[in-house]
Amino acid sequence: MTGYSDKVMEHFRNPRNVGDIENPDGVGKVGNPVCGDIMELYLKVENDVIVDARFKTFGCGAAIATSSMVTELIRNKTIEEASKISNRAVAEALGGLPPIKMHCSVLAEEALSRAIDDYRSRKKIAA
Amino acid sequence: MKRIYMDHAATTPVDPEVVAAMLPFFTENYGNASSMHAFGQEARQAIEQARESIALLIGAKPDEIIFTSGGTESDNFAVKGIAYARKDKGNHIITSAVEHHAVLEPCHFLEKNGFQVTVLPVDETGLVDPVDVKKAITDKTTLISIMHANNEIGTIEPVREIGAIARECGIAFHTDAVQTFGRIPVNVADLNVDLLSASGHKLYGPKGVGILYIRKGTRIVPFMHGGEQEKNRRASTYNVPGIVGMGKAAELAGEHMEREAARLTSLRDRMIRGILDGIDHSRLNGHPVLRLPNNVNVSLEYVEGESMLLSLDMEGIACSTGSACSSQSLEPSHVLRAIGLPHEIAHGSLRFSMGRVTSDDDVDTVLTVLPRIVDRLRAMSPLYGKKH
Ligand code: FES
Repeated sequence: MTGYSDKVMEHFRNPRNVGDIENPDGVGKVGNPVCGDIMELYLKVENDVIVDARFKTFGCGAAIATSSMVTELIRNKTIEEASKISNRAVAEALGGLPPIKMHCSVLAEEALSRAIDDYRSRKKIAA
Repeated sequence: MKRIYMDHAATTPVDPEVVAAMLPFFTENYGNASSMHAFGQEARQAIEQARESIALLIGAKPDEIIFTSGGTESDNFAVKGIAYARKDKGNHIITSAVEHHAVLEPCHFLEKNGFQVTVLPVDETGLVDPVDVKKAITDKTTLISIMHANNEIGTIEPVREIGAIARECGIAFHTDAVQTFGRIPVNVADLNVDLLSASGHKLYGPKGVGILYIRKGTRIVPFMHGGEQEKNRRASTYNVPGIVGMGKAAELAGEHMEREAARLTSLRDRMIRGILDGIDHSRLNGHPVLRLPNNVNVSLEYVEGESMLLSLDMEGIACSTGSACSSQSLEPSHVLRAIGLPHEIAHGSLRFSMGRVTSDDDVDTVLTVLPRIVDRLRAMSPLYGKKH
């Protein structure tokens, strides 16, 4: 109906990994300057591998689907690998997004890079 | 799954009686109403009959009704047509922040072409204050355009009072009655209007036809130039089936309006109460009483409108939202901003607009499905847990 792909609708209907993590190793919180939406991403990391990723999102169908997809894509990836995932890759994994909704996937990418930065700085402090 | 259509403010299904009235004018009585032969004259007669039905519904004379292609054309015609016709008298127009884009955009266009426009604010329920109108009038004011009822939040404006002020000052007064025509009583004499826009498809008529009421003696610059139709005020071959359909729809609206408005008002109030009582952190947008009988507009905090709309659609329920995420501009609705809603609350707005097909059961279904959807989305919302 809205020009969303089936994959987007599927992730919107059954979003994966909703929620937060107690004692996370990295957290990324971002607000979308375009339409005012908010996303939070929580990481659990062991030996530089993301063993758990969870999200909370206040936003449109595309924002929820991209949040869900990003958590799927980064699970069991090393921090190094995860840091290379771009918003385009997330959108592609969802079978594409309507052009006007690309900014929602940028939100997911930013949340991810903040969460990774947070993880790295925590690690530095601990070391 | 039974589908529930709660978007009658966007458009309505065409009444089967209306379709039946229109059909012969596609295949049998296909004459051009401007032709002198019998084919043409049959079409002409049908148009005049439609004109009479519509005039009767709004207390006008038939020759004060001009057929157009719809509400947007009628609004454009009224605003630009009066502004240009009265250019020698002044260049100032008064309108409100909650008008439909079909009024606001012609005003912006005029602004770029040397006119001055005052856009009046509204209060938190969406009402324009007639005192503000009075204060905004200058000796250059030639036109005031304030809608009869708002299409998003349903607030019914004090058009009659504003019209009286305009008349006293000799200023032309236009109202966009697209949402009220055929839904609640609209009478051009009671409302003190000089011009009034209405459209066919909002009251179970076809799309692509509307009217502009122009009070006798009101000078206006034509919008369409070409043939001599509508006494040289609106050129273009008559859309005979459309006009016949709108006429029939007006007739039916006249018969059903009173009963239907009462029925919808009680459904509306039950639905509003059900949502406000059943879902925490919810609020009604628009006026609680001065309100279209079929309009429910609520904000559900901590959730975003498009994701609610999609979820409702998956359950077969059709409604609309004023959320930034669902608009092409990624800005929240100008109406919700005008009533002072903070961005995040405008975000969570939903409009349900009911109609003839809406039943008690439909309202019950929405009241069961909506709280479940809101719960589900709130569980995903980073805003909810914290403030709760
Ligand atoms: S989050 Fe607002 S448009 Fe996607």
